[in-house]
Order: sequence, then structure tokens, then C-alpha cells
Amino acid sequence: MIWFKKDLFSRNHDDSKSVKVPVGLWVKCENCGEIIYKKEAERSLDVCPKCNYHFRISAQSRINIIADEGSFKEEDAGVEPVDALDFKDLKKYRERIKASQKETGLKDAIISGDALINGQKVMIAAFEFSFMGGSMGSVVGEKITRMIERAIEQRRGVVIFSSSGGARMQESILSLMQMAKTSAALARLRQAGLPYISVLTDPTMGGVTASFAMLGDVIIAEPRALIGFAGPRVIAETIRQTLPEGFQRAEYLLEHGMIDMIVERKMLKDTISRILAMLTERREAE
Amino acid sequence: MVYRHWLDFEKSVEEIEKKIEELKLRQSEGGGRTAEEIDKLEKKSKKLLRDIYSRLTPSQITQVARHPDRPYTADYITAVFDEFMELHGDRCFKDDPAIIGGLARLDGVPVVVIGQQKGRNAKEKVLRNFGMPHPEGYRKALRLMDLAERFGRPIFTFIDTPGAYPGIGAEERGQSEAIAANLMAMSALGVPVISTVVGEGGSGGALAIGVADRMLMLEYSTYSVISPEGCAAILWKDGSKADLAAKSLRIDAQSLLKLGIIDRIVKEPVGGAHRDAPSTFKSLKTALAAQMKDLASMDTDALVENRYKKFRNIGVYAEDRRF
Ligand SMILES: [Zn+2]
Repeated sequence: MIWFKKDLFSRNHDDSKSVKVPVGLWVKCENCGEIIYKKEAERSLDVCPKCNYHFRISAQSRINIIADEGSFKEEDAGVEPVDALDFKDLKKYRERIKASQKETGLKDAIISGDALINGQKVMIAAFEFSFMGGSMGSVVGEKITRMIERAIEQRRGVVIFSSSGGARMQESILSLMQMAKTSAALARLRQAGLPYISVLTDPTMGGVTASFAMLGDVIIAEPRALIGFAGPRVIAETIRQTLPEGFQRAEYLLEHGMIDMIVERKMLKDTISRILAMLTERREAE
Repeated sequence: MVYRHWLDFEKSVEEIEKKIEELKLRQSEGGGRTAEEIDKLEKKSKKLLRDIYSRLTPSQITQVARHPDRPYTADYITAVFDEFMELHGDRCFKDDPAIIGGLARLDGVPVVVIGQQKGRNAKEKVLRNFGMPHPEGYRKALRLMDLAERFGRPIFTFIDTPGAYPGIGAEERGQSEAIAANLMAMSALGVPVISTVVGEGGSGGALAIGVADRMLMLEYSTYSVISPEGCAAILWKDGSKADLAAKSLRIDAQSLLKLGIIDRIVKEPVGGAHRDAPSTFKSLKTALAAQMKDLASMDTDALVENRYKKFRNIGVYAEDRRF
């Protein structure tokens, strides 16, 4: 499958919503407008060299950045979405699925599997925001739950990179229930004494934030990532006020005690591996 | 009886009821053969209401679920349980009046009750924040659930909320974390949890007190991932398409029973719970007592395992095993 290829950094420029490609060799930073040589953006892990804006990246790029080279083994790649409710809004859900599958080369909005992070065995999952806004339906819920159950069986820690608009409305109540399902699995992981690191990337909202994403033993966010329960527009409409500067950004959450740390993309792998080591390293009895 | 609030699709019944009122007034002034006419109209009104309620659309059910005369959580708690003693506060920030809870007895058995509370008049509505809890409400609920577990008391929750409150303070104090923490904790509680949607089951804000062994719904209540209006605004880009959204979302009790999300529907009187609240209370009490009895015989491990499996198995997907 496509995501087993080694050289994958080239993919993320085509499917990332944050990156406009004026010509093939250049990308434009959505935040500061800087035109960046594509090769340079790749070298900096899709972080703007001028303003440090962290572009949204694909699930596969994320795994490439974090997992030891060649160590990622995907699981549950055959789990596919089904239009169980025969849902149709302006478009049929079926058609939305097909279009997203074609665009991303993925079956749904998440990739999961096992991998090594600086030699440590983990279960890892990353969201694909360009697949229906990274929304969580039955497939995302099932794959996360299976991954956690597998982690318990194999006694591994879990790392999840979230990037999601929330629950997938086209699966209605079934998607709501994935919040309970994934959180229940995490309760078992906790009982098993295994660590879970939740990494919140831009954006992490709604039913994803209000379930597994905020349940990490350690919660990390990327700089400036938008993180919240309700969307900023809904809040502004409800309270009829302008929202404070930086509201729902990673820095704001850190200030209010909702996350442990903000870590730049280039430091993520090292940070995660050190946390895992400090939580799980076995020591001889003194 | 004349109700203050008639729903738009009940207009035809309202007109007959108004006529009956007029006739009754004339009768008291000594009208002739009005008794017969009143009787005829009353029969007609009853039949019409039954007809209307036998084929409610999902968006009409939404209106009944939000009916301003509909009994609220506190009404159910008072009528179904004895000795309710309200407990307050999350021990962190404040007491959230949008969620009430405390100790009570059901048929003599000590239990813990928790539910979202809406306000009846303008002042109370503001006090209860229209039944939309802040994080401290969910944290109070969690505190009470923890109390129930430590003392081996069954938990009854009553869901009636448009959703968790979307506001600045709510976000600052961790609305997401509060909901998530409840989902995780409830999934592993060592005591029976019985939840009932009595009005609106609004998304994560409802589920945060709804990870239950048994899920009941009153006949004309709703439970959904998003409100029909919100869904219409996002997916149809047109808030007026709420009727369509309500239908597509399958928010009604019948649909949710078919989908295996809920375990039982509690019947309501024709015209909704508010038209005969005492009979609704009685039906709910019978249903809750039966569920409690049923779960009481289960040992803790089996209870927790069954609850895990119940949620574990929700979801529809296909799987290509070649991968
Ligand atoms: Zn920039």
C-alpha cells in the first residue's frame, strides 16, 4: 500500500489543506504568506521557517516523522466505512466516502498500527484531517479501540495524534457512541498500567477532544493548534461576544492547565520517547 | 383541559378545545343542549390528538421533547423517588445548577440520582442555563457517581439537555476534559447505571451522564450527536432544513431502539408526558424499578464486563480481511 513507501514526504503537500501550491516547487504559508521552497518545507517537517506555523500534515507524514524508519506496521487497514443510516445531506454519505477515499488513498480518517519510537514498542495512530475533516465515525472508533486492546495484550504504550473536527454527523448516534467506546478502552489501558500519550494537533475539536484526546496520561499539543469542545463560531454566536485573542489555541490551553506541554514538531519524537521511557523503564529493586 | 402551549401541528386540536371551553362557559350560564355537544367535541378532540400523535415526524417529536410544559428531571426525581436529598458542588469551582443530583430511595432502596435540569420560567431558565451544563456540572456528577460506587448504590441518571454549554468559561475550565473523564469513569463503575432520556439528549453533553448498563427513553424524547438545527446549518448550510436533518439523524426513540442504542422505550400519554404527568411518572417508576431489580443480581465483574461489551460493539463498518 501507498503508505509503506519510504519517501512519502512528497504526498503531504498535495493533500494538506493548509498548504496552497502556487507552482509545483513552492508552497505558501497560510499564516504569514511566506513563499517557501518545497524542499525547505520538507526539511523543516512542514513548519514555516519564517513564522513557525505548523502546517497540517497527512497521517502518513506524521507517522514517518515519529516512527523509527521502517518500523511501522499498519493494522486494521481493511476496516472501511459503511453508510449504515443511508444518510444524505446535500450529498450522499456514500459519495462523500468515495471522494475522500480517492483524494487520500485511505479507507477512513485514521491510520493505526504498531511501531518503534527510538526503539520503544508502541501502538500509534494518526488522523488524516483531509478525510472528511478527520471526523470520527464507526471506523475511527473501532480502529482506536482495537489498537488500545492490542496494546493491552502486547503490553505496549499508546500514542495518538489527533486532528479532527469531531464526531461524524453522517453516522449520527453511532459516531457519538464511539466517544464512549474509545474512552472505555482507555479505562482498561489505565487499569493495565500502560501509558497513553495524546498529541493534539491543529485542529482537535468536538467529540474527539471530549473523549480519548483529553484522556492522555500526558497531553502534548503542537504550537498554535486549535483545541476545543465547541467551535469558535458556535461560541461567538452563543455568547454574542468577540472571543479573546488566542482563544482555544494550544498556548491558551496550557495557560489554563488543560495540557502538559507544547512541543515543536521537530522535538516531538524525542519528547514522546523520553516520556515513555520515564514512565515504563524497569528499575532493579533497590 | 386547556394548555398554555400548543405546538404548531396541534392547532386543529387547540381550536376544538377552545370551542369546548366556550361551550362550557355558556353551559355554566345555563345553555340548553350544550352538554351533548361538548361530549361530541371532546371525543373528536381526543381522536384527532391520537391521530396526530400516531404519526409524528422526527422534527415534531423534537418539538414535544422540548415542550415548555414537559416534566423536567426534578419533577421525575420528586415523583419517582422518596427522600431525595440534593447534594451540591464539584469541590473545585462551583455548584452548577444545570445538573442536579443527590441521594434518594427507589422502593426503599438507597440510590444516587443525577440529571440535567432545565428551568420553567424566565428567571429559572437563566439560573439553570437552559439545561446546558458547564464542566463543574459534569464534575459534580462524577463526584456523585464515585460516591455511589464507594457505597454500592445504583445510579439513575436523567438526560435532558440541548448540549454541554459552548462558552468561554466552559472551554477554559475544560468542558472536553470533564466530559471525557466521565465517559471513562462511567465505563468502569462497579455499580449499576440506569439512564433515561426524558427530553433532549444533546450530544456529548448528554452522553457524559449516559454511559449506562441500561438506556431508556421516554417515547417522545430525542437523542442525537447534534441538534437538527446545528446539523442542518453545517451539512445543508441552511438552518431551515432542520426537518430533513431530524429525519436523517434518526433521533427518535423508535429508530434508536432499532439501532440497538437504547434498551427500552417508556410509553407516554397521547399528546406527550405533560398532558398526564402522573401516569408518565408511574410508567417510568415501574420501568426503573424493573431494571434495578434485573441488574441487582449481577455480580460486579459481570456488570462491568457487560457494559464494556455493550459500547465496544456499537459501530457499523465493513472489513476487507485481505489487508
Ligand atoms: Zn509562516
